[in-house]
Amino acid sequence: MATQSEITAIEAAALRSDRFRLEREGDWKRLEAIVTRMEKGRLRKLSDEDVLALPVLYRTVASSLSIARETSLDAATLGYLEALVQRAWFIVYGPRASLGSWLRRFLGGGWSAAVRSIGLDILVAFALMVAGTAAGWLLVADDPEWYRVLVPSQFTDVRAPGASAEVLRDTLFSDQTREPLAAFSASLFGNNAQVSILAFALGFAFGIPSLMLLVQNTAILGAMLWLYDGADLTIDFIAWISIHGTTELFAILLSGAAGLHIGRSMAFPGERPILEAAAQAGQRASQVMMGVVLMLVIAAMLEGFGRQLINNTPGRLSVGSFMLLFWLGYFFLFRRDADRAVAP
Amino acid sequence: MTAAVPDRHRRSSRDRVMVTPEGVALPLTLASRGSRAGALLLDLIFIGILMIATTLALLGIAGGTAASPLRTADQTPLTHALEFLYILWIAAMFLFRNAYFLFFELGPRGATPGKRLTGIRVAARDGGRLTAEMVIARNLLRDIELFLPLVFLASASGGENTGAAGLAATAWFLIFALFPLFNRDRMRAGDLIAGSWVVEAPRRKLEAAMSAGPAAAAAARTDAASAYRFGEAELSAYGEYELQMLERVLRDKRPEALQAVYETICGKIGWTAGSGDAGPFLEAYYTQLRARLETGMRLGKRKADKFG
Repeated sequence: MATQSEITAIEAAALRSDRFRLEREGDWKRLEAIVTRMEKGRLRKLSDEDVLALPVLYRTVASSLSIARETSLDAATLGYLEALVQRAWFIVYGPRASLGSWLRRFLGGGWSAAVRSIGLDILVAFALMVAGTAAGWLLVADDPEWYRVLVPSQFTDVRAPGASAEVLRDTLFSDQTREPLAAFSASLFGNNAQVSILAFALGFAFGIPSLMLLVQNTAILGAMLWLYDGADLTIDFIAWISIHGTTELFAILLSGAAGLHIGRSMAFPGERPILEAAAQAGQRASQVMMGVVLMLVIAAMLEGFGRQLINNTPGRLSVGSFMLLFWLGYFFLFRRDADRAVAP
Repeated sequence: MTAAVPDRHRRSSRDRVMVTPEGVALPLTLASRGSRAGALLLDLIFIGILMIATTLALLGIAGGTAASPLRTADQTPLTHALEFLYILWIAAMFLFRNAYFLFFELGPRGATPGKRLTGIRVAARDGGRLTAEMVIARNLLRDIELFLPLVFLASASGGENTGAAGLAATAWFLIFALFPLFNRDRMRAGDLIAGSWVVEAPRRKLEAAMSAGPAAAAAARTDAASAYRFGEAELSAYGEYELQMLERVLRDKRPEALQAVYETICGKIGWTAGSGDAGPFLEAYYTQLRARLETGMRLGKRKADKFG
């Protein structure tokens, strides 16, 4: 009940809970103003004091809410405080990423740690890619008609069974600059990125479609390898592929493995609840996938520029193997603050 | 849920409780499926507009470049300029399709423009920080949920054998589109993988306290000219639930509702209802009932409703 001798507004309030509210309303309003401005993205208009005050105000208002719940029956105040604490919580615990700082953490260890953490899936995916290549080769060797089934039409211009060695050699070394190089590599990137996102996302169906996609794509490789082998161009073909292929195939391998990782952890969650397992795997795999997109940019540039500009087998081989060594070293030897970055 | 709102007062099956790292339990409301669908539709329209505008702008520039005096001279600079525009176009299309959602959901509002318009946002399911990895994961999945089946469907309906491929694409699309209907937390496949969910973004004004207004304060004073003083027995008729209903009626200020509640309360506590006096009576009753119930709260005795 009100103490009548006092004359201030706070003391004039009838109820103790109203006095509580009137005493703290200033803090609440200030927090609301800061939160509203941050939500609107007007960070620059915030003064330094406001930014510093935010966490303190957040804790003050959160404790106001706790107290109000135990002492006040004013539904409007409770509703307001709940909404305000929730909004401030979203900001205080919201995405902390300036994209720059996230990228630094990502390149400085987070990415390679994420790749290492799905090592088993990478092994499985790699085995499947080898098997797919072998299957493509064997199928075509058995019956050349398979070539048309396996290899999409964009590769079957002159590169078909029965083509002469000269023609095939020409496809590897002729100056294919009819299409502008940079544009060519940009469209290559667009295609490859969509394929690898698909390979990852299909992991959702317990990883099986991811694996089928890997096998199907490497079967094309096996079939073409057989074709060039028939013309004694094996090494030249491998060099032609490897200049960008060590990066691109590695990226596709990683995206398939990331998909498999999700599928595997959903199928065999172990002792965790399945949703939690899926979420952990998904977050780990999505880091790998961001890296895959980066790798595909590099692969497209190597394919668009490098392969046309370096027109000989040893040059291509050395660039390809350098890239392979670079990726392997980066993923498996580079271990700075690795554990912190993917701590599940 | 803490004791603040008894369980039976919760509004819907969409309410969830999240515990902040400070140990404060916060009620959350999951976004309704309708508002999520609306948000997606809005975002797709925005992306479409952006894509068309970019394409038109680049085409305009390309047209201008091609018509420029360079045309008569050496063709190389022209080719290079057009090539650059083409690369720009491919990059822009890729970014609109993949980075639009990422960019906005990583911002402080955790929501794309469409979500903001419908008043919803993305949050982490475990009550922790919404990380960049979660946002990336939930948006990578959008590709198979939405874009791929639609592209597939479009290409299937263009070809000869529309039947089987079209059916497959439709089935694929429906499986993911209906996914949120078949789990309790209304997650789509991307949310499941990322460990996120979509909740309503709260926004509430602080309303004046009913009991702190001048009338109520006056009513509470013993020396005030107010006729309404309620005894222990009259105040013990109701509990917290009724108090909150009364607060709502007082805030709405609809005369017929005020009168009806006035008569009900008078009947319950054995007073004779007058006429034209509903407002002051109810405010006084509200203030005194709240004072009584809050005193009880501080002493650890709560009364949830009139049956309690």
